[in-house]
This record gives sequence, structure tokens and C-alpha cells, in this order.
Amino acid sequence: MSEHTMQFMPGAGFRARARAAVDNPALRRSFRAAMDFLIAKRSAQFDDPLELETLRTLGEQIRQYNLGKLPELLEQLEARLTGNGIQVHWAETPDEANAIILGICKAHSAKLMVKGKSMVSEEIELNHACAAAGIEAMESDMGEYIVQLAGEKPSHIIMPAIHKTKEEIAHLFHDKVDGVAYTDNVDELIQIGRRVLREKFLVADIGLSGVNFAVAETGTLCLVENEGNGRLSTTAPPVHIAITGIEKVVEKLAHVPPLLSLLTRSATGQNISTYFNMISGARRPGEKDGPHEVHLVLLDNGRTQAYADEQLRTTLQCIRCGACMNHCPVYTRIGGHAYGTTYPGPIGKIVSPHLLGLEATATLTTASSLCGACGEVCPVKIPIPDLLMRLRSEAFSAPHDDPRLRGQGAARSRLMSGVWQIWARIYRSPTLYGITSWLASRFNCLTPSRQGPWTAVRTPLKPAPKRLRDLLKEKA
Amino acid sequence: MNASARQRIFAKLRSAPVLPKAAPDVAAWYAAHRSAELPAEKVARFRRHIELAHAEVHLVSAASWPQKLAEILAARQIGRLLLAPGTPHGARARSALTAEGVACPTYEAPIERWKAEMFHDIPASLTAARCAIAETGTLVLWPDAHEPRLMSLVPALHIVLLDAGKIYNTFHEVVEQEAWVAGLPTNALLISGPSKTADIQVTLAYGAHGPKELIVLLQGDEA
Repeated sequence: MSEHTMQFMPGAGFRARARAAVDNPALRRSFRAAMDFLIAKRSAQFDDPLELETLRTLGEQIRQYNLGKLPELLEQLEARLTGNGIQVHWAETPDEANAIILGICKAHSAKLMVKGKSMVSEEIELNHACAAAGIEAMESDMGEYIVQLAGEKPSHIIMPAIHKTKEEIAHLFHDKVDGVAYTDNVDELIQIGRRVLREKFLVADIGLSGVNFAVAETGTLCLVENEGNGRLSTTAPPVHIAITGIEKVVEKLAHVPPLLSLLTRSATGQNISTYFNMISGARRPGEKDGPHEVHLVLLDNGRTQAYADEQLRTTLQCIRCGACMNHCPVYTRIGGHAYGTTYPGPIGKIVSPHLLGLEATATLTTASSLCGACGEVCPVKIPIPDLLMRLRSEAFSAPHDDPRLRGQGAARSRLMSGVWQIWARIYRSPTLYGITSWLASRFNCLTPSRQGPWTAVRTPLKPAPKRLRDLLKEKA
Repeated sequence: MNASARQRIFAKLRSAPVLPKAAPDVAAWYAAHRSAELPAEKVARFRRHIELAHAEVHLVSAASWPQKLAEILAARQIGRLLLAPGTPHGARARSALTAEGVACPTYEAPIERWKAEMFHDIPASLTAARCAIAETGTLVLWPDAHEPRLMSLVPALHIVLLDAGKIYNTFHEVVEQEAWVAGLPTNALLISGPSKTADIQVTLAYGAHGPKELIVLLQGDEA
């Protein structure tokens, strides 16, 4: 039984993991090459700046409009889906979501689940829960299959195995798949995956998938993919379970085409994905295939916390294209695993605090140069740098009486806030400022030569022997 | 537990500030940024995009397409084609191919009764497309009892018959003009090429899990 063995602890281990990633030239080459490729592909898709800008504005309006009506749209979605014969379940926590899914599996005495790509299933650690319950959960997206074989986790939300070279994958297949000779020919490797997984699709009891858009007015689940594993997972097994976050709902079918265009062009630079799969019901009488049962699990897991705040609500506009990570100078250098969260990169840094609490994710909010690339490429105009600043200040400020955010104030250090208080006192008073700067320049020989992380890679900071005001006085 | 999870989620959503936003005008964006093209332009655009996605397109006429179909199968030495004799195109294809000695299995029974055969012994299939989209080179399929969902997915070669007169400019136009809101099938599909993946070192490979080859018989007035 394959099982994820890598354990993740965001926050605490972040610096060490980032350090290790930066020290790994092969890993950096993999990410740099892949990100450059994706950046170029996206840019070729958006060759008309006016079209891009107006389409992004439309995407933002669609997402904000739908979030504005979220409670009623969720009710409408539930009613339409139920009318279409799709069973709707609600989960506030990952544990609840896993319990629902395992309950459905048990009702069908399921032994094997094939999974289409679903980041929400990663978020709830479904594979662990299945393994503990004696159910084999088999990833079928090629990238997910590779990371599952390796006992790892996805390092990118769209390209899960992007951290691996084809030689590493060749060794992995040779070692882990029965009867496979070593080959690093990509076509042959993909055909090996196809052969193995086809037999799984043939016998699987349950197919699990994510959802890209859930349409309230028609009760339709939409899935975007290129490989066909999503279609197989949702069509071949007798039962299909879809899982998604509560924010993915749109009111109208007409909202889907622009979002689909933004998603595929931003994500992989394709004008459309190979497949766009719209599911509006289980198999009906007279039909010869398709699942007999379709379930949708709607997960909260902290999304309502983001929803409660006007600024943070924009986080939920995300359509999970991954363009922000492709363009992020930090992500490109440290890769996805360093973050230690299901969602890495800029979007991970603004989503994860709601999922895991700021106590576990405060360090991540500081892993940004605030260059703004993520916000500029976001297809639905999420102001990611502003949200990072907000989350930083929530994490590092004194705890509020009424903390709206889980872990608010968790990263506050007495020493650091003491230093800033003294700093603020000095800067508020011209006299104090004059005395302090005079002392600092006069006794600059006393400046410590070790100044924490600064001097790890830089020469120490030292006040100038003469202050600007002294120099100006001399000139006068 | 489950009902209460629903209640708790809705309680939190309802206690959040109500921030209504203006309804987006999707139609206006398409009117401003996507022009309605002439039929010949739509055919050309559709063809360019789906060929870029590695599909093969053959222009055929109403009279000639069964012959082209037979040639395609013969060139690949494929002697079995899954088709739907309950449809007019399926019936025509069957009579033309049987004469050529091609076996034409049909999707008679529910998949449970022949899943292994479908996965292992069906090399190719023929279905019709409901319509297509020029903007992205996309086929639109509404699987039904005659041409079920797996027919366009499991066989390694998928051949699609498309009427050139049914090409729309955009997906938005399809949804609006065909009034999809009024009723969708259990599964509606957009297909824009053979199955593919770039999951290994961003190297594009075809035939990941679905069809390795997608061939469009584009039926116009003449060929």
C-alpha cells in the first residue's frame, strides 16, 4: 500500500527547508526551468494586454459577485444538485470530510479508490485516512502518481512532480513498478503509468475528484484536466465522490467560460485544457455508463474565517491556477516542499493561515520580497501582497481582545516589540532622536560585528562617523 | 454530525458582513472582445487550434466520410471500431465498414457487463460531436444512451464526426445560444485534442489516460 510518508510542519521548519532547497542545485534547475517554461507559455496566451486586463477584471467581478452571495448560492447549489440526484455533504473540518468519504466507501465495501487530481483531498490528508481504514487510495494524475510512488507530496498545485527530473522518475518506476526496465524516455514513462493505472480504473470501487467550478443554477460540477484521468475517475467506477471548498460555487453557467479561459491560460498557457468535464448527475435510467452514485463534499476548513473579513475574503476568489507561484521569485528558488503546506507559493501563504492558523504559518507570510508579481499575474486580481502585509501584521501584533484570526499575535516576540517601541519613542521626539543619532555615530566602533541573519551574507551595518545633519552644518 | 456541520458553516457565513457586488456583464465582454466570424473563418480557426493540440482533421462530405473512415482505419490496421448503430451516422458507418471487413462492436450492455472488454479489446471508436467551438478548437459532446461517456474516453483512437455548420465562435456563445441552462445532460464534455500530460519535466506526451489519437471528420458541403 502506498502512503505518504513525508510529514509536514509549516512554520518552524521553514527556514531549514528553504536553506536545504536553496543549497540543492538540481532542484533549483528543475524549478527555474519549469517556471520559465510556464511563464513564457502564459505570456504567449495573453498577447493582447487590453484583452488580458479586461478579462482579469471580469474574472474578479465574477468571483466577487459570487462570493457576495455565497450563502444563498450554496443553498441553491445544494438544492439543484440534490434535484439532479447528487448527494451533498458538509464538512467543517478535514476530519469530518474524511469521515464522510470513508463512510461512503464503507457503505460500498470499497477496497480501491482511484483519485483524479484534487488539492482539497491533499488538504484533508485523505490518503492517510484511507490507508488507516484499509482502503487503497491510488493517485491517477501522472504527476500525483509519481509523487505518491515516491512517498512525497505535490510541490506545485498544477504540476505536482515538477521537482523531479525524468531520470529520478525513471529510477522510481524501475524500483517501484513491477517488471519495468529503466527508461528515461518520457513517452515510455507515461505509457508505463497509463498501463498501471488503466487496470486500476477498471476495478476501482470509488472514483474521487476535485471540482474547479460548481454551478448553482444547473447543479453542475466542472472539472478541468488534460490527461483523461479525471474523466475516468468520475465515469468508470460505480461511485463518484467529489470534494471541494465552499468557495468554488458560481451562480450562472455563463460565468464559467471566462473563468475557464483565465484558468487554463494562466495555469499552463493553454487556450483550453484537453478536457472540460461537466457533471450534472449520476447515471440515469437507460444510460449505460457513469457512476450510479455521485456525492459532493463541501469543505469549510477555515474558509469561513477568511470570508468573515472584507479584505481577507478576496483570498477566496482564487481559481487555483498556480500563476502566482510560477512568477514568484521565492517559490522558484525554494520550490513547493519548503513551505510545508498543501498549497505552496504566494497563494499558499495567504490561504494556509486560515487552514492551519497563524501560529503554524506566521513565518510563511514573511517569505516574500513583496515584489508584487503574484498580484500582477493573478487572473482574478487577488491583492496578494496586501494580504501578506495584513497577515504579517496580524501575526506579529499584540493579541487583540477579539481575535478574528486563529493564531493572531502568535508570532509576537517581546524582544522585537520592545525594540520597536523604543524605536518609535526615539523617532517621535526630535531631542531623543538627536541624542541617539549623535551617540550612535560617535560610538560607532561599538557596533557589534555580528548582526544576526544580516551578517550571515553581508558586511555589518555601521553608523557613519558623521550624521547627515552634521555634514549639512559643515556645508552651510 | 453532518447536519450540524452544515448549520455551523451557514451560521458563520451568515454572520459575516454582507457585501453585495454588481452582477458581472459577461455578454458585454464577449461582444467587445470576440467577433462573430463567417462560417469559413470559424472552420479555419477551429481547425488551426485543434490541430495545434495534436488532433488530426479531415475535410469530408456527407457522401464521402464513410470512405475516409475506412481509409483511416485501414492505414492504422485497425479492424474493430466501436460505434452506435442506433444513430444515423453509426448505421452508415457500420454498413460501409462491414463491407470492408471491419468488425463493429456496439455499446449494447451497461458497462458493468463488459468493462474489461471495453478496456482491453476496443482499439477505436466513432462518435458524433454535438457542436464545436472555433476560439479554442474544441469539440462539444453530450454523451447519451447511444454514445455513452466512456466511448469517447477509453479507446486509444477516437474518431469524431462534426458538422462544419455547427461551429460556434466561443464557449459562451454555445452556452447562450443552445440555452444550456434549460437542461444539461448528466455529462457534457468539451474535448480539445488527444489526452496529454506535461507532468514529467514539462515534456509534452500524448496518450496519458484517454485517447492517444483524436481524428475529426469535418463534414462540410463539399470535400
